[in-house]
Amino acid sequence: MPLKFERQENVSALRLAAAPLLALVFTLVVGAIMFVALGHDPIRAFSIYFIEPLGDVYTLQELVVKACPLLIIGVGLAFCYRANRWNIGAEGQYVAGAVLGSGLALATQGTEAGPWVLPAMLVLGALGGALWGLIPAFLRVRFGASEILTSLMLVYVAQLGLDYLVRGPWRDPAGFNFPQSVTFDPVAVMPLLMEEGRLHAGIIIALVAVAVATFVLGRTLTGFSIELAGTAPRAAAFAGFDEKRVTYGVFAVSGALAGLAGIIEVAGPIGNLQPSISPGYGFTAIIAAMLGRLHPVGILVASLVLALTYIGGEAAQISMRLPFDVTRVFQGTLLIAILAADVLVRYRIRRVEGTSHA
Amino acid sequence: MLDAAILGAVLASVVAAATTLLLASLGELVAERAGTLNLGVEGMMIVGAAVGYATAYSTGSLLLGTLAAILAGVALSLVFAGLAVWLATNQVASGLATTILGLGLAGLIGSGFVGTRIDAAPALRVPGLTDLPVVGPVLFGQDAFVYASILLLIAVAYGLARTRAGLVLRAVGENHAAAHALGHPVRRIRTLAVMFGGACAGLAGAHLSLAYTPFWASDMTAGRGWIALALVVFSAWRPLWLLAGAYLFGAVSILQLHVQGFGLGIPSQLLSSLPYLATIAALVVISALKRGQGAPASLGVPFVPDR
Repeated sequence: MPLKFERQENVSALRLAAAPLLALVFTLVVGAIMFVALGHDPIRAFSIYFIEPLGDVYTLQELVVKACPLLIIGVGLAFCYRANRWNIGAEGQYVAGAVLGSGLALATQGTEAGPWVLPAMLVLGALGGALWGLIPAFLRVRFGASEILTSLMLVYVAQLGLDYLVRGPWRDPAGFNFPQSVTFDPVAVMPLLMEEGRLHAGIIIALVAVAVATFVLGRTLTGFSIELAGTAPRAAAFAGFDEKRVTYGVFAVSGALAGLAGIIEVAGPIGNLQPSISPGYGFTAIIAAMLGRLHPVGILVASLVLALTYIGGEAAQISMRLPFDVTRVFQGTLLIAILAADVLVRYRIRRVEGTSHA
Repeated sequence: MLDAAILGAVLASVVAAATTLLLASLGELVAERAGTLNLGVEGMMIVGAAVGYATAYSTGSLLLGTLAAILAGVALSLVFAGLAVWLATNQVASGLATTILGLGLAGLIGSGFVGTRIDAAPALRVPGLTDLPVVGPVLFGQDAFVYASILLLIAVAYGLARTRAGLVLRAVGENHAAAHALGHPVRRIRTLAVMFGGACAGLAGAHLSLAYTPFWASDMTAGRGWIALALVVFSAWRPLWLLAGAYLFGAVSILQLHVQGFGLGIPSQLLSSLPYLATIAALVVISALKRGQGAPASLGVPFVPDR
């Protein structure tokens, strides 16, 4: 079938904004088909999955709590992806940050350490994530090894390292042999913003990250050099921007933010270190970054949408006995739909009569 | 200590572990030689494992299970091809999306089969030869997947190097604009190559859930799809080197299991991370030595005629 792409010059902002909406509608249609195939009334399923979680203050808080790590990691990934560097290992950087930050919480456990502990943990968390992220950056710059594969392999290494720590040296001796650390002291826990619920101060950090990233990416020379390295590497080289520095820089930033998200999650909603401290936040954040069009404010909206799939998934697990994988199907479909919708909005596809080859 | 029987059993398990990797990476090699970087292998493999297991458990037929797994891999590969080949979206993002979708679908399909078991694909025995020490169980005591992987390797190596179809496929991967100008249907060829990759990934998944570990677990691929991708780089896009790479990595993953068995006081997690660390090390060494030599020139570049 001969197809022809015609690039639409000056795509209106309205059309560009339509792409994510189009993707959402497509995902909902696929979701309806999936619910029917699983033998559920799609209207009731949608209501449980997407509407009821928005119903009360508690679940709205949960929505923000779940969106928080996606937002922080996603903003960091935007730096990488704008520079055309494929950091797929945010999940590992998240774990590395959580581990290094928790190290301080456990070292100061039961001492009279003051309120400096939590800020220091956050710094260590960002540092841990940045160091873990710099490994693939170094291997790429120094040896030319694919950062896609090395960053991904490091996810498994980080998870196994965490597993070793919570089953071995960091295990809570009074924890009935469960593989988890002691519960952190109050000075090592994220303060709550409301008396009821789990809304914690991490969301403020996330919003600061959005503001800073919006400014850096949109208004500074650094942001310009990242953009140029991604879209026109040769021009960037002629302009005197150092490709290696960009690679190290964007991996350090995205690693640091992923690590920060990890320590915020552990010191916030979770409260101690466990083998499974993430339901795939590092991977879902990739979708958040794409869905948000690599713009921090867009990622903010996308994170809330994706957080809803987590909350809805938990609700559907309980009341409909649906496996949690429904959430993954939704997330994967959403990413596929946004990629396709982007093309359909930017290009007009026409069938071409004649003999031209496909 | 190591007598012939144990050595034979260990080597046979290396072959079994290597077969999953060999099958998946062979398919990926073909897709990449046609110019498409398919990061959806992990998703296609796990969907193959789930569909293959579900079908085999329900019908009692390993053959039907294997066929269903291949079809499932192909079906998911069409999602990737639709995005990356026909809509010319970013190949990295499209592949990731395919993997995320595949992991979810596999979990949904497999959720009804948690805790069940089937009889693993039987070893094909050759009377007399299978009972030889060491070489017997390694060469003549394997299941059909192992022999299929070797036949497939020979077919791919021969097809790429010696046939017209292989030549055209390589041309599409090296320079899609020139291939297009010569009148070759670039996108159709890439779609077929991706579908072949999906079939191989599905078959690798079937090997995993029907022969290697005959039960369903949602995380049973454990990153093997990604290691298969790394193996293609390791092989510098040459089938015979893929064989060496797959068996080397099969050996590493079996070695770590046996070292754990000895109880040397090394944390099991450190040993479990060996295949991943070895993958990183191999990527670094190969990249440092060859600096991108061997990669098809159009790899990862979407082809859009007259755009």
